[in-house]
Amino acid sequence: MNNSVLFDTPGPKAAARHRIYTVLAILVLAGILAIAIARLAGNDQFEGRKWEPFVSPVYIEDFLIDGVLETLKMAVAAIILAVIFGVVFGVGKLSEHRALRWPSWAMVEFWRAVPVLLAMVLVFYAWGIDRGDTGAFWSVVIALMLYNGAVLAEVFRAGINAVPKGQVEAAYALGMRKTQVMLQIQLPQAVKIMLPALISQMVVALKDTSLGYAVAAPGLTNVAKLTYNSPANGQNIIPTVLVTAALYIVMNLILTWIATWVQKKFVGEKKIDIAAAAAGKDDATTNPL
Amino acid sequence: MDVVWENREAILIGFTHTILLFVIAGIGSLLLGTLLAAMRVGPIGVLRVAAVIYVSLVRNTPLLMILLLFRFGLPKVDIKFSFVDVVIPTTAGDIRLNNIFTACVLGLTVYTAAFVAEAIRSGINAVPLGQAEAARAIGLPFGGVMREVILPQAFRATVPPLASVQIALIKNTTVAGAVGVVEAFNVMRSMTNNYAGSRIEIFIAFAIIFVFLVEIYSFAAHRLERRWRIA
Repeated sequence: MNNSVLFDTPGPKAAARHRIYTVLAILVLAGILAIAIARLAGNDQFEGRKWEPFVSPVYIEDFLIDGVLETLKMAVAAIILAVIFGVVFGVGKLSEHRALRWPSWAMVEFWRAVPVLLAMVLVFYAWGIDRGDTGAFWSVVIALMLYNGAVLAEVFRAGINAVPKGQVEAAYALGMRKTQVMLQIQLPQAVKIMLPALISQMVVALKDTSLGYAVAAPGLTNVAKLTYNSPANGQNIIPTVLVTAALYIVMNLILTWIATWVQKKFVGEKKIDIAAAAAGKDDATTNPL
Repeated sequence: MDVVWENREAILIGFTHTILLFVIAGIGSLLLGTLLAAMRVGPIGVLRVAAVIYVSLVRNTPLLMILLLFRFGLPKVDIKFSFVDVVIPTTAGDIRLNNIFTACVLGLTVYTAAFVAEAIRSGINAVPLGQAEAARAIGLPFGGVMREVILPQAFRATVPPLASVQIALIKNTTVAGAVGVVEAFNVMRSMTNNYAGSRIEIFIAFAIIFVFLVEIYSFAAHRLERRWRIA
């Protein structure tokens, strides 16, 4: 029984109709799945050698060490740098001095609107291209830092603004200075509010590491490319993409799960709308009705 | 800036492709996303589960993986989209809507639809329970509740998250450039290869156009949101 207010609890007639719809839906979905499997089978996509890499230890090692580990390293490096970038420019945007506020605003607006790939290619060609794998690695990290940092700056700003005004007023009343109020009163409370948003942004960063494809950076996508380009595997692009996507999905679901847990444990209902922050809305704090 | 000006026609064609990708995939994902959202909040359990699975799988997959699947994977099972081949000649060059373009539009649609579905669902959830209860209490039937009370409010609440999703789509079209559509990112990459000396100018020119596109869209969405806001 579900408690949606959108429709009534079905009576006998509606329940019978719903049963028919259920059967139809199952048939349609099963039909789609069957067609997909028939397509794959008809074109030899279940061939042994196409799937062999994913059960042979050498490739599994490649996928886990060169793939997952490198991807995680990139994502973690990007997010740490992005947090620093975000704090600096998020606080900068709240500054009382125009000379600080204005450049911070421009920086955040610019990098939030520029596609990550453009930034990545710029950094790569301007700096990383002669530096081999490390160059590509850091090109991805720097590009992700700029984009995610700009988004996080908005998140931080929203988080700081979400701290009740009374807290700041009380702190000033106690005779604290501006920096003290920020460091001792506003930031610690803001961090609590934005922790889940921070983790969700990690999912975005993790997914975007795959864009390193464009600059031949190491990571899961690169391992996938090597796997389906290797002639011995019989152009197994579909199996490779499915397996790689599954790895990304598992990593992201774990992160999402952590975010939900953190939200429940530390924050409660108040949350910051990441999508709004990424898109350039100023009111990134949402309170559920 | 000379390099940018000399190549203005190539850049124009690039951004035309970008905008076409955005518009077609935007409309497509709106349709598919609405369908998914309807499945998600509807009374049929199987469809609800199917929508949840779709959304959580697609949302957690990098866009590049989906585009690789559509662009390079599907041809392996004989889905080649080669029946699409429209060339629109213009004075600046050809606008090509071919199999690669189609594959990327479909990939972007499939990816964005998951986010659209979530945006619409959050809009429906944003309508306070009391509204539906009150509508029912004054005797409106289900259709009336939806048409007169829930949907008008849900639609308004959907504008901001939907705008965020579509702004992300503008930026995501660049990924299609990485797998072969000659859109803005693709043009920029070949220009930076050809004119290695003026990379920074080229980048700044492209970045500013993107910032401009994003700002226009977000300004329009903001106006719409203001105008439709209730109370």
